[in-house]
Amino acid sequence: MKNAYGTSFPAPENRSEIARLTRDAYAHHPAAYAEVEAAPEVFKVDRREFLGAIFTASAFVLGANLATGSATAATTWQPSVYLGFEPDGTVVITAHRSEMGTGSRTSLPLVVADELDVDWKTVRVEQAIGDTKFGSQNTDGSCSVRDFVAAMHQTGATARLMLERAAAQKWGVPASEVALRMGKLTHAASKRSAAIGEFVVAAAALPVPAKTELRFKDPGEYRYIGKDVAIVDQHNIVTGKAVYGMDVKRPGMLYAAIERPPVYDSKIKTVNDSEALQVKGVQKTVQLPPFKQPHLFQQLGGVAVLADSTYAALQGRKKLKVDWDANPAHSSFNSAAYKQELFASVHNSGKPVRNRGNFDTAFNTAAKKLEADYYVPMLAHASMEPPVAVAEFKGGKVEAWCPTQDPQAVQQAVAAALGITANDVTANVTLLGGGFGRKSKPDYVVEAALLSKASGKPVKVVWTREDDIRFDYFHSVAAMHMKGGMDSSGKLESWLFRSAFPPIASTFAAGAEYGADFETGMALNEILFDVAHMRAENCPARNHVRQGWLRAVCHLFHAFAIHSFVDELAHLNNSNYVDYFLKTIGPDRQVDLTKDGVTPWNNGQPTATFPLDTGRLRRVLEQCAQKSGYAKFANTKNRAIGIAAHRSFLSYVASAVEIAIDSEGNLTIPNVWTVADVGQIVMPDRVRAQFEGAAVFGASLALMGEITADNGRIVQSNFNNYPVARLKQAPQKIDVTIVASNAPHAGVGEPGAPVIAPALTAAIFNATGKRIRELPIRQTKLV
Amino acid sequence: MAFKLNVNGHSTTVDAPPDMPLLWVLRDILNLAGTKYGCGIGQCGACTVHLGGQAVRSCLTPVSAVGNQPITTVEGLSAEGTHAVQVAWQDIDVPQCGYCQAGQMMSAAALLSKNPKPTDKDIDTAMNGNLCRCGTYIRIRQAVHKAAGLLTSAPAKSMMAERQQ
Repeated sequence: MKNAYGTSFPAPENRSEIARLTRDAYAHHPAAYAEVEAAPEVFKVDRREFLGAIFTASAFVLGANLATGSATAATTWQPSVYLGFEPDGTVVITAHRSEMGTGSRTSLPLVVADELDVDWKTVRVEQAIGDTKFGSQNTDGSCSVRDFVAAMHQTGATARLMLERAAAQKWGVPASEVALRMGKLTHAASKRSAAIGEFVVAAAALPVPAKTELRFKDPGEYRYIGKDVAIVDQHNIVTGKAVYGMDVKRPGMLYAAIERPPVYDSKIKTVNDSEALQVKGVQKTVQLPPFKQPHLFQQLGGVAVLADSTYAALQGRKKLKVDWDANPAHSSFNSAAYKQELFASVHNSGKPVRNRGNFDTAFNTAAKKLEADYYVPMLAHASMEPPVAVAEFKGGKVEAWCPTQDPQAVQQAVAAALGITANDVTANVTLLGGGFGRKSKPDYVVEAALLSKASGKPVKVVWTREDDIRFDYFHSVAAMHMKGGMDSSGKLESWLFRSAFPPIASTFAAGAEYGADFETGMALNEILFDVAHMRAENCPARNHVRQGWLRAVCHLFHAFAIHSFVDELAHLNNSNYVDYFLKTIGPDRQVDLTKDGVTPWNNGQPTATFPLDTGRLRRVLEQCAQKSGYAKFANTKNRAIGIAAHRSFLSYVASAVEIAIDSEGNLTIPNVWTVADVGQIVMPDRVRAQFEGAAVFGASLALMGEITADNGRIVQSNFNNYPVARLKQAPQKIDVTIVASNAPHAGVGEPGAPVIAPALTAAIFNATGKRIRELPIRQTKLV
Repeated sequence: MAFKLNVNGHSTTVDAPPDMPLLWVLRDILNLAGTKYGCGIGQCGACTVHLGGQAVRSCLTPVSAVGNQPITTVEGLSAEGTHAVQVAWQDIDVPQCGYCQAGQMMSAAALLSKNPKPTDKDIDTAMNGNLCRCGTYIRIRQAVHKAAGLLTSAPAKSMMAERQQ
């Protein structure tokens, strides 16, 4: 069986291959750093390499117009795949990662501009098409800046040195005396200066300097890094000109709405499209074949209605009559029963993923014991822009325009579906109206490509909100079981942590029941506790829908269980979360998981660069406690505070959540305080914005997020029955502190989310004495 | 069926089924893609436009219901981003992904045209129908206050007055 990448997929028992594929899919492969190191080696690439670039002309053939892809600019010099200069000196910087709201389309180019030392206002940012020469473009895992900031610095410093040398040569002065500042080359002694445009041609002819010859700016010299700069798309956004996937139009384009199988992995029995074809504007219907296991990023299958407007396609789809041959393995999937299955799973032994000391012996002889079960339901991404894609099949090739987090996955998935090569697929990346992980999976682009091939016209596949919520790659439902054994002083001596969730691994290996390394690594076995006897187990769970990563992924449920349990232990011992947590993580140190039989996943990064540092975790918690007044907060039945601290995506985050409960039990969130140590940063305001947004995201899923299934069909369909936080329900104030840090750049987009749910339910306990172990909170009456 | 519409001060005629929501008329026929689809059932506010000065959900407004009421979309607030709300949205750096922000700004502009000095509570009530999945809410609240402040300054005030004519 071929997978989306055109290679044979390993048998499910081949764990290491599955692990590799799932890691690659989630972009956190150990080679990430090697890639960064390798990326700048593409400097002064061979002319042929330019053909795939977003820039239209080659470096050394002035005036040549080697038009390709979505190219729009004419450049005379492209010293790196990330940077080009037009003949007049205009700087064109390539954004090769996708913009879904994190700001990386601005921050990475900004680093190039700063290190190069040109006026940001004169820079044009061009979005890259999918191409492996850029390195990974899979924009998820909170790693855009982390993985590429070094390459951006090197790009800027290399071009700066070459321009300085070109000017020095022409002026007959030592290169060391020429300086490039704000786009102007200056030789102070002879009072000469010129704009970079004068030297672009000369610089292009120079040899590329070795990395050792480069001079990198001291942080004190930065013009933009560490300052607040507006995102490049801001003006277009507020004037309605920004182009999202939903806004793409091609001449002669048809609009498609697809009726998909309501039960996972099911086939069409019969179709009657006669009424659908009567709808004005409907042109034809097309059956899409079901996917072959594993489903990967393939189409779900179904019946497409193609029409001359979105509305006609939607109206036509309503008139379709489709009988489904519902897959019996999944048509009995009911969330209430499945919950019991998951709890049964975690009440039995699972696959050990961490072992220290001897839990069983220690727990049996513990002076005090606590056991608890936790549950977090299935969730949908519900980005404001649902999945949507335009594809045009012509002459055996596909050009696609899509809001995708991973244009290279688009190339691979479309190529596999149409039996062409990835090089025959041009993936243009629009702005994304939110992504949260959903738009890493390009099934919707595959649909558009298949329909374009079938109809001979460009096709735009529009997912309605109902399609989005019913046919998501769902965030896994999870059940977790905890056992804690304490000595007579209350100190945690033994800890068992079991977790069962239908794994994302099942998207890559049909029927996989255990999490891939990245799933267990998301806090099932990477907890920084100083406890003598610990065991973590991953218990099996079978998927009945497509599973996929959602902002913060397994941290969302694991952090809820871990920090709720710590809060429970604290109260049991007349302590509080902060004191008890600090005692449990122990002294400042770098935790060595290998001693517990764990090869740390650590977001695919070496622990030498990104250690598991309890000191950084302690400091964010202490600072958050201080800022929020946690220790002295006067909890009442109407107003209370909770707190939690967690390491995820290599960052350290603590949040305190203050809640208010009125006499009718209505809950509001007057305040959230977040303290985050994310290492070095590029754009402080966008980092703050990500943590503000994560607090809302975390509160939303904790308060109201729940997707359920009945007879294999997803019950929820839109924001009326899958609510997400509104202005009044979201935290009213969010105070974000970003800790000054010299540590390597770590994650920003995701790590703010996991701490919110446990802090929120801890606050509810402090107000009401009700311990919420199952989300969402709205199921529990608070008074 | 032919419908004569006044969109952003321009008269135009469209041929569309009477039940076609204004949202799709704007987006698919008139190429005004700034107004966004988000839910189709009036739950998210991404499609908010002004109809006769009132904020309405264009996904629930059939084109046949428009009549001769003028329509204003985000493109009609100002093409240059100079409307007080657009200025404030940029000053406060509200947008993350930006997809919902056209609807947010249209709701905010409608609020300010009726209530030039809204309180937090006024804002919460007026803006509660507009979802933002990125979670920009606290900045939206700040930006509405900022826009209210800008409107008290003379140039912005006259600009708003022009807009409402």
